[in-house]
Amino acid sequence: MLRQVEGSKAVADAVAACQPEVICAYPISPQTHIVEGLSQLVKDGTLPNCEFINVESEFAAMSVAIGASATGARTYTATASQGLLYMVEAVYNASGLGLPIVMTVANRAIGGPINIWNDHSDSMSQRDSGWLQLYAENNQEAVDLHIQAFRIAEEMSMPVMVCMDGFILTHAYEQVDIPTTDEVKAFLPPFVPRQHLDPAEPVSIGAMVGPESFMEVKYLAHQRMIDSAAKVQEVAKDFEAHFGRKTGGLLRSYRTDGAETIVLALGSIIGTLKDVVDELNLDGKSIGVVGLTSFRPFPYEAVAAALKGAKRVIILEKAFSTGTGGIVTQDVARAIEGMGIKDFTVIAGLGGRPITIASLRNYLTNAMAENVERLTFLDLEIDTVEVEINKERALR
Amino acid sequence: MSTTQVKFYQVGSFAVGNRLLRDDERSVQSDPDRTNALTSGHRACQGCGEALGARYALDAAMRATNDQLIAVNATGCLEVFSTPYPESSWRVAWLHSLFGNAPAVATGVAAALKAKGNTTTRVVAQGGDGATVDIGLGPLSGMFERNDDVLYICYDNEAYMNTGVQRSGATPPAARTATTQAVGANPGNLFGQGKYLPKIAMAHDIPYVATATIADLRDLEAKVERAMSMRGARYLHVLVPCPLGWGSASADTIKIARLATQSGLFPVFEAVNGEVVASSKIRHRVPVDEYLKLQARYSHLFSPQRNDQVIDHLQRIADKNIERYELIISEGE
Amino acid sequence: MFQVRIHGRGGQGVVTAAELLAVAVFDGGKHAQAFPSFGSERTGAPVVAYCRISDHEIRAREPIMEPDVLIIQDASLIKQIDVFAGLQPRGYVIINSAESAEELQLADKIKVPHSLAILPATEIALTHLGRPVPNAVLLGAFSALTGVVPLEAVASAINEKFKPKIAAGNVAAATAAYEYVMNQVATHA
Repeated sequence: MLRQVEGSKAVADAVAACQPEVICAYPISPQTHIVEGLSQLVKDGTLPNCEFINVESEFAAMSVAIGASATGARTYTATASQGLLYMVEAVYNASGLGLPIVMTVANRAIGGPINIWNDHSDSMSQRDSGWLQLYAENNQEAVDLHIQAFRIAEEMSMPVMVCMDGFILTHAYEQVDIPTTDEVKAFLPPFVPRQHLDPAEPVSIGAMVGPESFMEVKYLAHQRMIDSAAKVQEVAKDFEAHFGRKTGGLLRSYRTDGAETIVLALGSIIGTLKDVVDELNLDGKSIGVVGLTSFRPFPYEAVAAALKGAKRVIILEKAFSTGTGGIVTQDVARAIEGMGIKDFTVIAGLGGRPITIASLRNYLTNAMAENVERLTFLDLEIDTVEVEINKERALR
Repeated sequence: MSTTQVKFYQVGSFAVGNRLLRDDERSVQSDPDRTNALTSGHRACQGCGEALGARYALDAAMRATNDQLIAVNATGCLEVFSTPYPESSWRVAWLHSLFGNAPAVATGVAAALKAKGNTTTRVVAQGGDGATVDIGLGPLSGMFERNDDVLYICYDNEAYMNTGVQRSGATPPAARTATTQAVGANPGNLFGQGKYLPKIAMAHDIPYVATATIADLRDLEAKVERAMSMRGARYLHVLVPCPLGWGSASADTIKIARLATQSGLFPVFEAVNGEVVASSKIRHRVPVDEYLKLQARYSHLFSPQRNDQVIDHLQRIADKNIERYELIISEGE
Repeated sequence: MFQVRIHGRGGQGVVTAAELLAVAVFDGGKHAQAFPSFGSERTGAPVVAYCRISDHEIRAREPIMEPDVLIIQDASLIKQIDVFAGLQPRGYVIINSAESAEELQLADKIKVPHSLAILPATEIALTHLGRPVPNAVLLGAFSALTGVVPLEAVASAINEKFKPKIAAGNVAAATAAYEYVMNQVATHA
């Protein structure tokens, strides 16, 4: 049903429509409204046969999820930033144990210094954890990705992170079509675990694996992640067949046919980029956008195909590796190796710094002329930082 | 009809012969059809107190629940020596996640069962003192506060044994560990205020808290069975001497556990909804020396000569326990 | 695309105003995107909320730098921050105040040609609602001044969002504001 509703509320309703059996979450800005929404739905009976556990920390949240999922319950949690980091040990444990937990990450910067606003540093820090990572472009996609996530997770026996930009999407009121429980049921069958804790057929889950087997266990996880790309596409296709809209999948291209320059980005900034690219095209420029939905598994082939023919790719990132530069850039560079495409990275929006159409227009105009550094921090107050850098260097 | 008090004795123990008991009063271990929840083949040390305690506790829990049990285990000796992949000693549904999250994982298992409408399958969580008292304290308190339907069993050997005998929040004063060496002005662990988990559990007013040792295995079984007859958060703290970490002879494990109770250093009691309701009385009280002497982790208290100050301090702790938990029946009671 | 920026203080329902407007637009069959300028919760601190209105899907998400409409819920902000920054020529300004444009010294502050409506929204709210919350009231003024959203849509959004008794009061207050502004416009025409 089409409604004008807050992103968080839409996600809560979408998750509820998937009929999870255990929800366990700890509040952290900007995820709070999702958890509050779900708590209400459980308490007032709209979401029956579901246990909502008020846990005492994020580490407990993921741990409760592990226990619940291992017992065969469809399980959901949500967090952001510091909370995600606090549960990291359990995040790796969940994927290592092959548990199909679905978790919303309301993307928020990692401190210190403390910052509650949006960027991608939190989920990016977990890119090696063995979780799938799907990024929503808008709230409709956020809704749809959660529904797809449960199916992907349960069919792969792998946990899935659905990433949506904190505040920018979670707290935005926009039009979304939220499927009903019955509609979701037709798309998402009941959870049949690969294995679970059952006194009738006892198994030991979580044994200690030594050097003689560990590499093989890890290789299997590696291969599974690679194979999950096909599953992501398959589920997105089936979603389209059921619900009539194209969301999710690996990536989408906008005006990239014959484009000389392509901007690649993740999350809500894709929307803004589409508007900027429309303006630039009207101005006679040749530029398109690739919006990456699936960051893990990283769709190397699809990215290479999407960027083929372009002279240059600009990777816009909301996170970076300190002292190194772009994170997504590294994967993109590998995908386009040998294709003769130049890559430039622009780090933008850190800690919630608004990314304006004006500054994007300005940067991209220069980038199209290759009049930018290989790595740029968008809208940086150069004068201020230069004073500080010189001061520090003098002291050393 | 008149009755005659008959005393039964077996040399060296205070046990009455099993063959005189009703079936349901017998030790679970006397039943050839018992689960053997922790079966042979595991890699525990010779004389491991924890292996003994865990087997008794889980077999009792299985009987009490008609084999409808799921066990959650924290990282530690028990988990490591029982599941060297591809082998497992566990004959129950068993999950190991992390070091500090066993209570939370158990909460999740219980929640899943509840969501599925399963009221027969029960949940036990277990971990060592490190996992329980230190790194897992947050999740344990959360589990208590929510009154989640889980029995948590702490096997207390008073240090981080699996990683090489480092000091934990449960390490008693004066004990030598790898991080509280027997050197300097105050050899061994310092005298602090301790972190006595049974009292912390009681402060949460949960339905049942009890302490036990592997010296009284029938008592341990009975407490597990009693705990499983209740719902909500329950806590069992079991003293399990560790020959390696305590520097004792592997044949002395049970004897040392008994001396811990008979000296008063380890009080054995039960509490319901935060109030002590029963305690096991000391039959033959011994001075703490008898207990300490058998353990190399306390040898610095006796050599080159008896450290009166420290041992007397430990004796005072024992005296206080005896008084607080009413462990000795005085004349006329 | 029509861009609205709402200024007020924490606790005055600024964010709710943007949400209500978005729902009103949706009820009227158009696309709307509303979002707050985010910060930690703090009563009394300056708060900004945004609402974009369009016939088509709205893709951009930057803060609204060049608003077509400014709604000032708390006139004390005028002296404190540059609430009129970026106002588009021939834009609309709606101010909650019992003072006049001269008393508010608006001539110094607003540099572009614009349509202006000043109304005592807090007082109107007190009269119809019993509480000094002007947010829904000002949407009635918005409807009258800009015509972008019909009063019926504002009313239906209010009824969706609030419980019946509070909704009734808000609808009455919004209607009163609508009529007040319509009269003001008629007087100046």
